[in-house]
Amino acid sequence: MRGLRESLIELIRRTSAEIPDDVQRGILRGLEQEKEGTIAKSALEIIEKNIELAKRKSQPLCQDTGSILFYVDCPVGLNQVEFEAEARDAVVEATKRGYLRQNSVDSITGKNDGTNLGPGSPNMHFHQHATDKIQVRLMLKGGGCENVGAQFSLPNTALKANRDLDGCRKVILEAVHQAQGKGCGPGILGVCIGGDRASGYEFSKREFLRMLDDRNPNPKLDELEQDILKTANELGIGPMGFGGKTTLLGVKIGAANRVPASYFVSISYMCWAFRRHGASLAQDGTIRDWLY
Amino acid sequence: MTHHLTSPVSEEAIRELKVGDQVLISGVVFTGRDAVHKYLHEGGELPSGVNLEGGIIYHCGPVVLKDENDEWKVVAAGPTTSIREEPYQGDIMKQFGVRGVIGKGGMADKTLAACKDHGAVYLHAIGGAAQVLAECIVRVRNVYMLEEFGSPEAIWELEVNEFPAVVTMDSHGESLHKDVRSQSEEALADRR
Repeated sequence: MRGLRESLIELIRRTSAEIPDDVQRGILRGLEQEKEGTIAKSALEIIEKNIELAKRKSQPLCQDTGSILFYVDCPVGLNQVEFEAEARDAVVEATKRGYLRQNSVDSITGKNDGTNLGPGSPNMHFHQHATDKIQVRLMLKGGGCENVGAQFSLPNTALKANRDLDGCRKVILEAVHQAQGKGCGPGILGVCIGGDRASGYEFSKREFLRMLDDRNPNPKLDELEQDILKTANELGIGPMGFGGKTTLLGVKIGAANRVPASYFVSISYMCWAFRRHGASLAQDGTIRDWLY
Repeated sequence: MTHHLTSPVSEEAIRELKVGDQVLISGVVFTGRDAVHKYLHEGGELPSGVNLEGGIIYHCGPVVLKDENDEWKVVAAGPTTSIREEPYQGDIMKQFGVRGVIGKGGMADKTLAACKDHGAVYLHAIGGAAQVLAECIVRVRNVYMLEEFGSPEAIWELEVNEFPAVVTMDSHGESLHKDVRSQSEEALADRR
């Protein structure tokens, strides 16, 4: 896979500097609905200008270039050890070029060696499938929005949330309220109902790989997604928590089986600077086409 | 309304600001985030050359590269979440004479009380708008504690021009964050 490293550097550059079209459309809709002369409108105007500028200058949309999460769908037989080594080299190079901030800190010593490499960085998720397609997706998720994620164990007495979809609705809305503007809204929610404490968050992040304007094929989850989106936007939190109509741009909910004793609802919050892209790769690792 | 603020700034100019005002900041700002706040709060000394009297602290961990002339160049520089500095901010404002803090997400009661007593404001920049805000940074004047804290956590002395922000906590005890939180709490109660 001689072309792989260059492809991954380009994937990192594009993810860091160019917001995906589906997200930009959402931001434009938000901009249209906020009132003239409000600080909410002015915040979205700056955001829109920032999107244009980052793309034109090929520089990070946000200085927090986030956790580096690769999702690779690959055929049986793809050399994952080699793939990961190329991804690590691509991360080091992208950091030198300023597409990524020196963003990875040793949790024990507090040292930042400037490479973005270390345990868990970059974070690789491989998934083998029965076709010969190679697809690689990248998400750069900043710390501000990661910090407002939440995990609830149902039932929750204080919120009167039982082990059912209405209980899920209550805790998800509570998470939106607790986040206020701290996650750099307007945000997008990725939610997993069920799973364990680790898989719940893991699955909640995978929801961000969906297109922002798709609809959930499960009618019950679709209804819940639409309800939470509408209700959250009636809370008046608004862009950056300045007040206004655009609190969320989208809600994506999936489910995982749970053990009878546990009922977790795991909520990941994505900021407006929703950085994810993906590409299909040819056998030599070069980019065939873009996925978003 | 839009105010022009030049840093270092006087208490008088700060007292004129009200929640909801938009400001354009020019002059010098110092970045400082988690490591710096913890360090100063634990009694650490300001590096020589850093004077925060009448100054503005910017909660920011920028992306900074050296250009072909070996000069620092800020590539991306939006605000980071301020609430993490809540345990330290009020005391640091008073101890070092800080008049303004730029960040995002707002801060809580301890900082709000310090803003009122001491005469300081919280200036909310647009989170994630790293390019628009980097364009307002004219020059990197210096960097301190780069070795100890690493690039995102170092103290960067930046010269800015018309850097846009919104006053969301003023020196009269008002906080937009408190208001929005209580209004959204009520709206949510009706929809639970």
